[in-house]
Amino acid sequence: MMADNREFFYRRLHSLLGVIPVGLFMVQHLVVNHFATKGEEEFNQAAGFMASLPFVYVLEIFIIFLPLLFHAIYGLYIAFTAKNNVGRYGYFRNWMFMLQRVSGVITLVFIAWHVWETRVQAALGAEVNFQMMENILDNPFMLVFYIVGVLSAIFHFANGLWSFCVSWGIAVSPRSQQIVTYATLFVFVALSIVGLRAIFAFV
Amino acid sequence: MSEQKTIRFIITRQDTADSAPYDEEFEIAYRPNMNVISALMEIRRNPVNAKGEKTTPITWDMNCLEEVCGACSMNINGKPRQSCTALVDQLEQPIRLAPMSTFPVTRDLQVDRSRMFDSLKRVKAWVPIDGTYDLGPGPRMPERKRQWAYELSKCMTCGVCLEACPNVNSKSNFIGPQPLSQVRLFNAHPTGAMNRDERLETIMGEGGLANCGNSQNCVQSCPKGIPLTTSIAALNREATMQSFRNFFGSDHAVD
Repeated sequence: MMADNREFFYRRLHSLLGVIPVGLFMVQHLVVNHFATKGEEEFNQAAGFMASLPFVYVLEIFIIFLPLLFHAIYGLYIAFTAKNNVGRYGYFRNWMFMLQRVSGVITLVFIAWHVWETRVQAALGAEVNFQMMENILDNPFMLVFYIVGVLSAIFHFANGLWSFCVSWGIAVSPRSQQIVTYATLFVFVALSIVGLRAIFAFV
Repeated sequence: MSEQKTIRFIITRQDTADSAPYDEEFEIAYRPNMNVISALMEIRRNPVNAKGEKTTPITWDMNCLEEVCGACSMNINGKPRQSCTALVDQLEQPIRLAPMSTFPVTRDLQVDRSRMFDSLKRVKAWVPIDGTYDLGPGPRMPERKRQWAYELSKCMTCGVCLEACPNVNSKSNFIGPQPLSQVRLFNAHPTGAMNRDERLETIMGEGGLANCGNSQNCVQSCPKGIPLTTSIAALNREATMQSFRNFFGSDHAVD
């Protein structure tokens, strides 16, 4: 059964992993970052708590890296099999369809760089703290890169929540899909405020 | 007498299925209340292009001329629609005609829509009632449900939704919205529902339901106003339940 349903299984897995655990991890990450608005000490304490969680490698591998890798690689395949046509069909949902793919690719580039700059450097002996982020965001180019990266990640998550609800058959009728559109718009705005406040706390 | 009004066309033509497409311009005398087909017939009567050169008449498909057969679909000023209901007086000139790009071109504006008919066979878009003896009348359908199902049954396999869908293209094997909505129609029929799980299994296979990316161009483009995205979302719910039944096992295979 699983063999001839492989595509269906991969697509649904892709949809699920985007929300649980990858999306939830992103929300948690943004919330921890927000401690930066309360000062250097508060942020270092919160980040230090996350880094000192028991079984941190297991958590990282199974809650972050493996689901993220699958979502990213299969997502690239999905993004590049689409033939975008917003020029001819400029409907709202078609724009969201296109932006979901564009923001996914931007987010992938951003996350790859962000992981290299923080997690990989930590493994090589650097200390991930307020000071580190302050140094990174001191560069105006990196500041813009982080703002674009964080916003596209949040957009991708919020709009992905909408397509999650449709793909799993949670939002079926046009009205319910409309309501979910508004709800996910709210998620986008709220998380953007959280994310941007954290970034500007380092500047 | 004032100068005579004309209508200009830029038509994407192709001589054979394998040859390269090219544009040819035509200019014909204006008459009020023309549709694109009557204009094409006018060109056919005297196949001379805008440069005054003699050319071959344009090939296109048509049948019912009242937007119920779906045969005359083409891209008109960039949007796929039926040429029988495309009124010249409502179109911006020059009027650009091109074959739908999702389907293989047979010649000029004529395309081969077989993939949609193949999909209908794949999903078993019919109610199987054949047997070795008379099975008697089937279960009755509530009138309000019949009215709802009638909307889905308006599909004329015109191909506009496939043309508008960004996920139906040469890089993907997605069957598109048209056969999916027919699965919903035949699964809703009291007798058709007896094969509900078979149809669901088919669209849960390669190129099926999960390939939908929810751009929702289909529902915006459908000339019959079929709620294609509602059908797809409803099938997503059905497929979710079916995948649970497949995985965990169930004694509700059909009902």
